[in-house]
Amino acid sequence: MMGLTFYIAAAIAVIATVMVITRYNIMHALLYLVVSLLAVAVVLYLYGAPFIAALEVIVYAGAIMVLLIFFVMMLNLGKESAIQEQQWLKPRIWIFPSLLCLVLLGELVFLISQNHQPPSAIKVVDPKAVGMALFGPYMAAVELTGILLMAGIVGAYHLGRQKEKTLHRFLEN
Amino acid sequence: MTNFWWIIGGVLFALLNTAAGLIWVERRMLALWQDRYGPNRAGPFGLLVVLADTLKLFFKEDWIPPFADKIVFVFAPGVVMLSVLMSFVVMPFGPHVIVADLNIGLLFFLAMSSLGVYSVVLGGWASNNKYALLGAMRGASQMISYEVFMGLALMGVVVLSGSFNLREIVEAQRTMWFIVPQFLGFLIFLVAGVAETHRLPFDIPEAESELVAGFHSEYSGMKFGMFFIGEYLGITLISGMLVTLYFGGWLGPAFLPPVIWFAIKTFCFILLFILFRASMPRPRYDQLMEYGWKVLFPLSILNLLVTAAIKLWLNN
Repeated sequence: MMGLTFYIAAAIAVIATVMVITRYNIMHALLYLVVSLLAVAVVLYLYGAPFIAALEVIVYAGAIMVLLIFFVMMLNLGKESAIQEQQWLKPRIWIFPSLLCLVLLGELVFLISQNHQPPSAIKVVDPKAVGMALFGPYMAAVELTGILLMAGIVGAYHLGRQKEKTLHRFLEN
Repeated sequence: MTNFWWIIGGVLFALLNTAAGLIWVERRMLALWQDRYGPNRAGPFGLLVVLADTLKLFFKEDWIPPFADKIVFVFAPGVVMLSVLMSFVVMPFGPHVIVADLNIGLLFFLAMSSLGVYSVVLGGWASNNKYALLGAMRGASQMISYEVFMGLALMGVVVLSGSFNLREIVEAQRTMWFIVPQFLGFLIFLVAGVAETHRLPFDIPEAESELVAGFHSEYSGMKFGMFFIGEYLGITLISGMLVTLYFGGWLGPAFLPPVIWFAIKTFCFILLFILFRASMPRPRYDQLMEYGWKVLFPLSILNLLVTAAIKLWLNN
């Protein structure tokens, strides 16, 4: 049962990701990316990381992807951009990335064929354990991330700051 | 196992009927508060207006504009229904009446409510209409911003109860409802909840006086109906969450069964939502964002810090 659920979710993730790469319409590509992220969340949940699975949906699928879609919406890309994409993405371009992927696939097959150990029993990590780990041994990483985010916010504030506007053109200083 | 299917069936039956019934309740209550009669012709107290409305929606032409992105256009109204109905999976209606007792229940609710944004964004984008696009952009920024305070306000409850599990959160309120220690969190969650469901006074994505009908301008027939019912389900969801997190959920004196207590409390909040609609003007878009980021955001962080500090102090 577990195995079947995993394979379905994993297959959805792979197919959706392939669709992300091959779509010409950027909005459809983004939607497939959302599906792929949701499938990954299911896989994470199955393998005993419910907290990370929830965060994957909240942060990636629910916030970051919405922001990306928001930008694409503002760019107002219509049919022309899809046609342009089509012209850029010629079949010839696929050759080199496909070769690279084949090498990776070969490595993966090799690794799987080497390792015959049965997978160890799945241990569910509850939210509390994640919090303890983050604010215990990984404290430095959390603080560094905090500093990075702070820098991002300050930068965004600086870029978004506007000059004081006066409402009447004669009163402009 | 059979019990499980009974619960799912019962929850679905109750929810869909509540959502449909709210069409009538909302109109009657709005009328009452505005000194009118409201729908009172069809059936007893005008109750059959629900049936008439549904029939009307079914018989309307289900139009897909030729300039729309067809697949996304059809898919968008389903997202709101799905995400809201999925959120009810973790809601404890009674001591044993809960579909899935997840230990990340609260996070699951947040995840589903963040997926709900997609219905607004995709619906507005796929319509390929300027008003719809404006509505969708407002909707996206409003819902993403208010989700942040919503999550932060809820963390106060999590600190007090020490769990993300909604059943355990209700159990933790046996001695005192969380409305008392978490009054600020409750207020922030209430405001954020209104904004998340884009109900009046925060119905800025729709704003019919400026944007025709906002993100669902191009929708008709049952696709519009899905947005409509999704909104009512959203109200029910936020009301249920308010009750679960701050008003003791199904806890109450023993003379009524727990599920009835839950229903009564939830209904009070639904009425509050309708009263908001009846009594408040809509703020401007920039006012809404400013209020969120400059007032609610610092307040919710302050609430979390103070709650955590007091909890630590009491534990020592």
